[in-house]
Amino acid sequence: MAGTLRRIRPFRNIYAKIAAIPMVLTTMVVFVGGTLWTVTYSFTNSKLLPKLNFVGLDQYERLWSNSLWLTSIQNLMIFGVLSLVLTMGLGFLLAVLMDQKIRYEDTFRTVMLYPFALSFIVTGLVWQWILNPDLGIQHVVRGLGFPAFEFDPLSNPDTVLYGLLIAGLWQGTGFVMCIMLAGLRGIDEDIWKAARVDGIPTWKTYAVIIVPMMRPVFITTLVLVASGIIKLYDLVVAQTSGGPGNASQVPAMYVYRYMFTAQNLGQGFAASTMMLLSVLIVLIPWAYLEFGGKKRG
Amino acid sequence: MTGQGPRGAKPRRRLSGRNIMLYGTLLFVSLYYLLPLWVMVMTSLKGMPEIRMGNIFAPPVEVTFQPWVKAWAEACTGLNCDGLSRGFWNSVRILIPSVILSILVASVNGYALVNWRFKGSDVFFTVLIFGSFIPYQIMLYPIVILLREMGIYGTLWGLVLVHTIFGMPILTLLFRNYFSSLPEELFKAARVDGAGFWAIYFRIMLPMSLPIFVVAIILQVTGIWNDFLFGVVYTKPELYPMTVQLNNIVNSVQGVKEYNVNMAATLLTGLVPLIVYFVSGKLFVRGIAAGAVKG
Repeated sequence: MAGTLRRIRPFRNIYAKIAAIPMVLTTMVVFVGGTLWTVTYSFTNSKLLPKLNFVGLDQYERLWSNSLWLTSIQNLMIFGVLSLVLTMGLGFLLAVLMDQKIRYEDTFRTVMLYPFALSFIVTGLVWQWILNPDLGIQHVVRGLGFPAFEFDPLSNPDTVLYGLLIAGLWQGTGFVMCIMLAGLRGIDEDIWKAARVDGIPTWKTYAVIIVPMMRPVFITTLVLVASGIIKLYDLVVAQTSGGPGNASQVPAMYVYRYMFTAQNLGQGFAASTMMLLSVLIVLIPWAYLEFGGKKRG
Repeated sequence: MTGQGPRGAKPRRRLSGRNIMLYGTLLFVSLYYLLPLWVMVMTSLKGMPEIRMGNIFAPPVEVTFQPWVKAWAEACTGLNCDGLSRGFWNSVRILIPSVILSILVASVNGYALVNWRFKGSDVFFTVLIFGSFIPYQIMLYPIVILLREMGIYGTLWGLVLVHTIFGMPILTLLFRNYFSSLPEELFKAARVDGAGFWAIYFRIMLPMSLPIFVVAIILQVTGIWNDFLFGVVYTKPELYPMTVQLNNIVNSVQGVKEYNVNMAATLLTGLVPLIVYFVSGKLFVRGIAAGAVKG
C-alpha cells in the first residue's frame, strides 16, 4: 500500500507543482531574490549601472550625512506617528459611534469609506485644491469677513506635513473604522450584558473590557497602517511634490530620485534597504507575538 | 457616549441629548468626508472666471461641461494634447489582463495550498505573506532587470506581470481562506470519481467560489486602477496609466492653471473606483476586511 502511494505521488502532485510555479518564482526570485540583490548592491558604488564593486558601508555613511535623507526620515517619523495615532484613535472612536445601534448605519459607512476607494493621487490633488491659499478655504473664510484668517499649510515648510495629514486621514480613517467596527461586532453580547448588570458605565466598559479584548484587531490594524505609512509616496507626489523646497520629502521619494533620475543606484539601494529595515522593526515584534502566541495556545 | 449601554434596545426618545450628540458628531464627520467630492464636482462645472471670483464651496452660477470635454480630449501632457482619454484607455488595457491573470494565478495558488499541499508549500505561502510587507522600493530595480531580460520592460505586459506579482500575496490569502472553508468531502468525492487537478478546479472549485471571485475582482480593479508607482517605473510615457497622466496634467508647471479642468480630470480618474465602490457595497467591505484579518 505504502509502496503504490509512493510510486503514484510524484505523478499525482505534478500538476499542483506546475500550478505552483508562479508562486514559487514570485516568492523565491522576486521577493527573496530581489531583496537580497538590492541589499547586496547597496554595498557597492554602482552609479548608472549596477556593478559589483564593493565599498563597504560607504553608501550608508553618505546616506546618513545627506540632509535630504535626514529630512525625509524626520518627515516620515512625524507624519507616521501623528497619522498612526490619529487614524487608529479616530477610526476606533468612529467605530464606537457607529456601534451605537444608529439609524442609517450603511449610509454613514458608505460616506466614510468611499475615499478609501480613491487613489492617493486623486486624494492629494483634491486637497491641494481645497487648501489652495488664493482660492480655497483660506479665501472663502476671508471673504466671510475675516480678512486676517490664515490657513495655508501647504506653502509653509513648518506646516506642510499637517496638510498631508488632513488628506491622509480623509483617505484612510474609514478603512480603520470598518476593521474596528468588525472587531466590535465580534465581541460577545453577553459581555455587554454582564458589564451592564455590574453597573459599569459604558465608557469604562470600552476602556477596561472592550479595548483589551480587541488587542489582536488593534495589532493587525497597527501593522497594516504602519507598513502603509512607510511606503508613503503617491500622496506626497500629488499633493506637494515634496515641497515647498524639500520640506515634505519622504524616503520613498529619495529612493526614486536616486534610482531613476539621479543615476546613483548604490545610494538608492542603500536608502531602500533602510526602508526594509524600518519595516522589519515593525514586523518582527508582531510576527513574534502572533506566532509565539499561537505556539503557546 | 453617556447614558444607556450601546447594545440595549433602541432609545424611545428620538431627541435625547445622547442622540443629538451622536448624530451631530456623525453628521459633522460626514461633512468632512463629503466635502472634497462636493468641491470636485462643483469646481469641474464652473468656468475659470467664476472660480477666480467665487467660493469653492458654492454651486456654479452657470453650469458648463467644457472642463470635462477639455480634460477628456484636449488637456496636454508634454507635447501630447489628446487629453486624459489616452491614460484612460491605457489603464483599461493594463487593467483587464492584470485582473484576469492575477486572479487566475492566485486562485490556483490558493486551491493548491489547500487541497494539494506538497512539501514546502506552506513555506512559500509564509514567504509570500511576508513579501507583501516588504517595501516595493527594494524590489523595484531587480524587477527592472528581470523585465529587461524578458524583453518586456516598458511594455504593457511588463506592467501586467508586475501587478500579477504584487497582487499575489493578498489574493492568494483570500482564496486560500475561502477554499479551506469549503467542505473537504467535496474534494475527496471528486478525487474518488477520478477527477484530476484541473478538472476539480474548473468543475467544482470555480463554480462554487463566485462570490470570492467578485471580491477579488473588486480588490484588483480598484488597486490596479489606483496604482501610480508601478506605472511610472515600468511603462513609457505613451503607455502611462491614467493616475500618472493625471498627476502630470495637474502638477505641470507650464501654462495657466485651469482648476476646473484639473478637477474634471481628477474626477474622471476617480470615477472607475467610485463606481466599483458604490455598485459593490458590502462586497467591497468584505474585500478590505479579508486583507486585514489574516487567516
